[in-house]
This record gives sequence, structure tokens and C-alpha cells, in this order.
Amino acid sequence: MASPDVLIVGAGIVGAACADALSAEGLRVEVLETAFPGGGATGAAMGHLVVMDDSEAQFALTEYSRRLWTALVGHLPASCEDEAAGTLWVAADADEMEHVGRKARFYGERGVEADVLSEAELLEAEPNLRPGLAGALRVPGDRVLYPPAAARWLLERSAARGVSRRAVEAIAIGPRYVETRTGRLSAGAVVNAAGAAAPLLTPGLPIAPRKGHLVITDRYPGFCRHQLVELGYLKSAHSPTPESVAFNLQPRSTGQMLLGSSREFVGFDASINRRLLARMVGRAIEFAPAVAGLSAIRAWVGFRPATPDNLPLIGRWEETPGLFVAAGHEGLGITLAPATGRLIADAILGRASAIDPSPYAPTRRIPRAAHA
Amino acid sequence: MPETVRVLIDGRAVDAESGVTIAAAAINAGERALRTSIRGERRGVLCAMGICFECRVTVDGHPHRRACMDLVRDGMSVETRAGGTGLAMRGPGRETRSARLETVSCDVAVVGGGPAGVAAACRAAEVGRRTLLLDENLAAGGQIYRRRPDREPPPKARPWLQRLARSGAAVRNGICVFDAVREKDGWRLSASTDAGDLIVRARAVILATGARELFLPFPGWTLPGVYGAGGAQALWKTGASMRGRRALVAGSGPLLLPVASSLSRAGARVVLIAEQAPLAALTRFAGSLASSPGKLLEALRYRAAFAGAPYRSGTWVKEARGDGGLERLVLTDGAAEFEVRCDVAAVGYGLVPNVELPRLAGCAIEGDRVTADASQRSSVPDVFCAGEICGVAGLETAIAEGEIAGLAAADRWEESSEAPRLTRARARGRRRAARMDATFAPREELRALSRADTIVCRCEDVPLGRIASCGSAREAKLSTRAGMGPCQGRVCGPALRFLFGWDWDTVRPPIKPTPLGSLVSVEELA
Repeated sequence: MASPDVLIVGAGIVGAACADALSAEGLRVEVLETAFPGGGATGAAMGHLVVMDDSEAQFALTEYSRRLWTALVGHLPASCEDEAAGTLWVAADADEMEHVGRKARFYGERGVEADVLSEAELLEAEPNLRPGLAGALRVPGDRVLYPPAAARWLLERSAARGVSRRAVEAIAIGPRYVETRTGRLSAGAVVNAAGAAAPLLTPGLPIAPRKGHLVITDRYPGFCRHQLVELGYLKSAHSPTPESVAFNLQPRSTGQMLLGSSREFVGFDASINRRLLARMVGRAIEFAPAVAGLSAIRAWVGFRPATPDNLPLIGRWEETPGLFVAAGHEGLGITLAPATGRLIADAILGRASAIDPSPYAPTRRIPRAAHA
Repeated sequence: MPETVRVLIDGRAVDAESGVTIAAAAINAGERALRTSIRGERRGVLCAMGICFECRVTVDGHPHRRACMDLVRDGMSVETRAGGTGLAMRGPGRETRSARLETVSCDVAVVGGGPAGVAAACRAAEVGRRTLLLDENLAAGGQIYRRRPDREPPPKARPWLQRLARSGAAVRNGICVFDAVREKDGWRLSASTDAGDLIVRARAVILATGARELFLPFPGWTLPGVYGAGGAQALWKTGASMRGRRALVAGSGPLLLPVASSLSRAGARVVLIAEQAPLAALTRFAGSLASSPGKLLEALRYRAAFAGAPYRSGTWVKEARGDGGLERLVLTDGAAEFEVRCDVAAVGYGLVPNVELPRLAGCAIEGDRVTADASQRSSVPDVFCAGEICGVAGLETAIAEGEIAGLAAADRWEESSEAPRLTRARARGRRRAARMDATFAPREELRALSRADTIVCRCEDVPLGRIASCGSAREAKLSTRAGMGPCQGRVCGPALRFLFGWDWDTVRPPIKPTPLGSLVSVEELA
């Protein structure tokens, strides 16, 4: 068989979206997966499609990608559990409420629908939140989906365009080739979309595994309706401290409640950190006391591919000819997958992108990692 | 005379004897279905032992209560057609985070109140160790002596239970251990009850968590009225009447005969006992029982009690049929098929050790059982294992292993003059168990029973056709949701191991559905 135009290493949501975008351009693509699609961070993720605002670059990429997702939702099969839940950024006090105002202006000026809820409106929207919270910002265009099913669907769509998949473990990447357990595979270009494992294949990539816990409950349909995130979430997400938690509660289309989030740097230790899990659940109970009575049926961990400046690495990796990187999405891989696929296709085809790709260039100057 | 209580089931007033479970009361009131599955099918009790979560009902507004584990209370409202909104929904047993927290320290903590756990607790307590027995059931005795808590234990169970009462061991029932953590000087167990949370600190832990039934899916096995074999028996033991029912007992193993006996005593007419193992294997087994004639006698006694119920070997259930509930079964002996009209089917293929807690504690597991040494010590310091989790080998073995574990956890095993007797009893049981495993091994044909549309994961309603294209248990979980429901793969996991050879070995806390507030409070207390 002739070698493909592009070899994609990794069949998580990002690798799947790259396969989708590249095959749509008529390129011959092969995806290398170690076991099955979405078995890494994709399978552990919440699946919150969310526009973020902590930097212009992050906003531009999340907003672009959410638009791409929104255009896809009519095609997604039921297994993807797509739900137009919207996000409520919950403000605990007056200070945070001021932040809500700034956030509303930021979104408004950039054409993203968002509205401010008062304390009373918040309680009416989500009666299981405790009284006394200050209010919230509602972003109705944000969505929820089931990430491993979405990754599989993207790969199936790609397969219809001729994309092949190979179950083999990649052990190194060189100029226009991938070294695997069973030999060397060559291609015109290689995309490293191996998530938290990307630096194991491309040494020097500034990506570290950032462990997170999630816990899911039995079915309580209607317990909450929006994805509820505390406004202090960014403080946790960008906290330089080794451990942090934030209130993050998501209604699944099954009626189950999915509860996050925690962050810690402990390598690839997949054990449950009971103390941190308890802090995370305790934080949720502070915001929604009735959470305490919900029956937890399963807890798990996953490893976000974190970068020091909280932006992903998307584009050409100059040190290795023919190598492109699509990794380092931290907790936003599901949201950012379609935009990543487009930027990678543009980079490989050498054409302009819909948004400025330079903030995500893997070779950009990145401040030293707080956790490095 | 037992007191009568009035319970509302879906708004209908029903009288029930106090002391029976909700499941039994519902069945006695003619309700075979207790919940609506996520695809809209009506479902009834399967295991009746708190494992499968098929009998989840909403009790006084609290959703997801197991009807097989909760007793009726006067004025209780039970809803079997869940749904509704979460706004009014409260969790299992509490409004908000419980303040009722307790820490208990002891020398030896025993998890599981069956024969092995009871024997272990007795031996440890009798030599002066501060001993605590934790049991998820409402009365000690395990599944073999399962009973209504308001009833005297059966005569055979009394000697050990009376000994337990005298031993000085503390006993807590209705308690679910959901986590085990190694600490500096021993172990910490985290547990939740309806009344609050509990942390147990113990220098040594004895795990005796018993076994559950092996269910092998077949078309129609989700119809209300199709119970586990032990499940049907447990229903009777917890107050269900089978009066006027036509019952068929099927599957495999020595349990089928006592199950048929129980159903008959519960008032059913047992129309057939169908054992899947071929006659040749049974004959070899009976011959090899010469070393323990008591066992053969026991089997014959059960058989005799059933002169009326035909017993067929080499025969298995192919399909259950009915409109909204079981009406008839299709059976086969591999050559011919025949149909039997019945409204109770008790179908089980033997037992699966409950190794979730030992696995969580890090104990070495081989196949489906824990590896224990001559003193019932696991591979992990200060964790002893006894009974069915070390391999399903019956009552005497479980008691012997429990005694050994209790003595060993109390540092009295090495010096014990009883070592030769207990070691012999254990060895006898293990030899017999190995013969039983060979005799009652599920036949190949059972792998082909399920069709593409046969539900395999009952929690998430996942049919075989969707699972069959996966390559591993983990892929099946992520791709199809199989094993992702509240039973945590306890029912479909062993079935998929049988069907596809998949390991189903991920265990993380909480190992049983647990209120989120309990996860917090035990850590705050710890």
C-alpha cells in the first residue's frame, strides 16, 4: 500500500477531528490508535463545549470551534448525547458579580450571546443552587456531548472518505515517519495528536499531564438544567498551586449528574485521590447542598494535556520535518477539536486560516511552566 | 401474629406484613414490575440480594432505593414508575450532608455477615480482640440464611449466630462499605448507612463478602417474573409468597434443588427443574461424592421432597416469552425444543465471588477469586479473606475459612490446636468445589443464546449486538455504556467474561452507589 499523505498519531477527539478535516480536503489519511478511539482523555472528559474568555486567543479558538460544533450537531447520532444545555457561570458574591458584568460585556462585544441573571433569576433557573448566591452569566450557546461517541462518529465519517485506522502503538516520531511496535510507517506528514502522551513521542513539547477527577451519579432528571460552573473556575484552571478544585456540575442527557472538577500535577498516577475528590464534591455541596444526597455510582480520573500558558499547541513543529502538533488542549480538547482539525489542515496545505493561528504555534515563546 | 402495615404502591393501598421487604410486599400484591428501564421496559427483581439494582423504586420521594433491601413501613409511599423531575428528588436517605458521623476503632473488622464472616468474628472476638462485624444485610447469616430481621434464624444457623451474640463482637447491619484505605497502623473502611456515615479503623481486616449469582443472558430474561435462582429463594426468605404460581427452576449447580424446595414451600407449583449440565457429568459428580455421603444424602432429600417436580439434566432455558411479564419458557436439550407455561422462572448458573472490595484493597486475584495462603492471609498486609471470595466451595468450607481467618487475624492461628481439623475441612471443601466447577461448567451452547437485540447490560439497556463489535470491556463501556449503571458491571461483567473472555477488573471507590455527601464526610472525619 502506498504511504498515506498524513499519519495521525492518536484517535482521541483531536486526532479524530484532524482526520475529519484532512479527509474532507481529499487527503489520504491513516489514524494510529493504541487500543480504540477515545480511550484516553477523551473518554474521561466532561464534554462541555464552551466559549472561554481568559485571553483573546483562547476566546477566538473556543468561539470558532464552538461554531464548528454547532454546525455539526444536526448530524450527530443519538449516542453523542448532544444537549444545548448552555453554561451558567455562577457568581458567589458581589465581587464575582462585577466580574460577571465584565464577562457579559466581553462576550457581547464579540457577538457571543450571553445574559446576566440576578440572584432571583438564578434560583428560578436552578432551584437546587443555594440561596444567597449573587447571580450568574448565562451563555446559552454552550453545549454538552458525550466525547468518546463524538470521536467515534468523526472517525466513522472519515472512514467513509477512505481514512484507515491501524491499532498499533507509536513509540517515536521522526521526519515523515512514525516508529511503531511493528515497524516504521512513512507519510507525507505526521500529526502528533497523542494528548498527554504527545511529549513521549516528540520530546521537547511543553505538555504535562494534569490529572482530574470526575464522579457521576444515578439518574436525577431535572436536578439541574445548565452546565453550572463557578466563576472562580478559571482561578482553579490557571492556579499555579499543585492542587485545585472548582464547582462544575453537568446535566447529562441521561438524567445523570456529572460532577467536576479537580486539577493536580502528579504524573500519570491513575489512582483516586480521595482527599481531593472529597474537596471537589464538598465544593459542589457548598453551591448546591442537595448534591450531598445524590447517589454517586462511579468516579474516575483522566489526564489533561496541560501547557504552561494554557493554550494548545497547533501547527508545524519546526525541529522535525513534516511533523505537525495537535495537542496540549488541557481541559478544552472536546471544545477545541474541530477548530484544531481545521488549523492543522490549513497548516499542512499551506493556506490561511479563518482565525490567526500564531498564538497556538507550537514553537511560540512559552513562559516557563509554573509546574515544570 | 405479625403486624400489618399499609403501603402505597403507585398510589394503590396495599397491606403487607411488617418485616417483609418492599419487593416481597409488591410481589404479594401482584406487582411483578418495580421499575421502568431507560428504554421504557418494565423490570422486576432479579438478584434480590442488593447486587443488580433492577428493583430500584422511589420511596417517600427518595429515588433509587433497592426494594429487595428496604423493609416496608406503615404509610410508606412506593413509586415504581420513576421519572418526574429532580427538583423534588432527594438522595438515598438524607436531605443534605449528614452530620451523623462516627468513627470506630477496633482490632479486627469483618466485612460480610455470612457464615465465613460470622465464624471469623466469633473466633477473633472470643480470644479478646475488639471485633466489629459489618453487614449490608439487615440480619446476619448471609444469603444462605437470609431472613426477615423480625424472624428467628433457621435452626441450622442458630449455633453460630448465638455464638456470635455471646462472642463480644459488635455487629452492625444495613451498612455498606464503599472504600478501604491502607493507613499507617492498619486499615480504614468507609461505610454509609441510612442513619449516617461510619469510619472504621482496624488493625486487621477480614473480608468475607461472599458471592453473587452468575446470570447468563437469554432472550426475554429481562421480563418481570424471571428471577435469579438464588434471587427467587431470597424473595421467599424475605417475605414473598409464591402461592398459586407455576414455577420453573433452571440454570446450573447444586443450588437448584434447594431453590425448588423453597419455591414449593412458598406455595408455588414447581413444574420442572432443568439442569444444563449433562447427565454424564452429574453421575460422575455423584460418584465422587462417596467421600462425603452426607452431601449426597442432602441432595437426595431435596430430590425426594420434589417427587412431584420432574428433574431434567442436559436441559436449559432458551427464551422467555410473555407480554409485559413472564408467561412461558422455551427450553431445549440441544435436540428438541419444548415450551413450558409458567409465571415464575428461577434461573441461575452458579455463583461469582464478590471480589470488588478485596480488589480495591489491592489483594492479588487469580481468575475470579482472591488468593489466600494457609492462614487465609491475602497478598496485602493485615487483610484476610474467607469464604466464597476465595472460591465458591459451600458452607462448611466458608465456616472453616472464617474460623482460620479469625484466629489468624487475632494472631492465634499458628498456636491453634484446631489447625489440623480446620485445614482438613477446608481441603475437603476445596476438593469438592473443584469437582463442582467441572461438573456445572456452563456449556458452550449458552454462549449462543443471546440475539443481537438481547439486552446484556440491564442498567443501561445495552443489547448484545452493540457490544459484540467491541474488543475489550473498557471499549464496550465507553462505546456502549455497558457496565456503566449502578450495579457497576456486577451483572453484565461476568456474563461478558463468559461470552467474550473479557476481564472486567477496574475497581475504584465508591465500590457501591454511595451518597456524594458520604464521600466528603468520611474524608473530613479521617
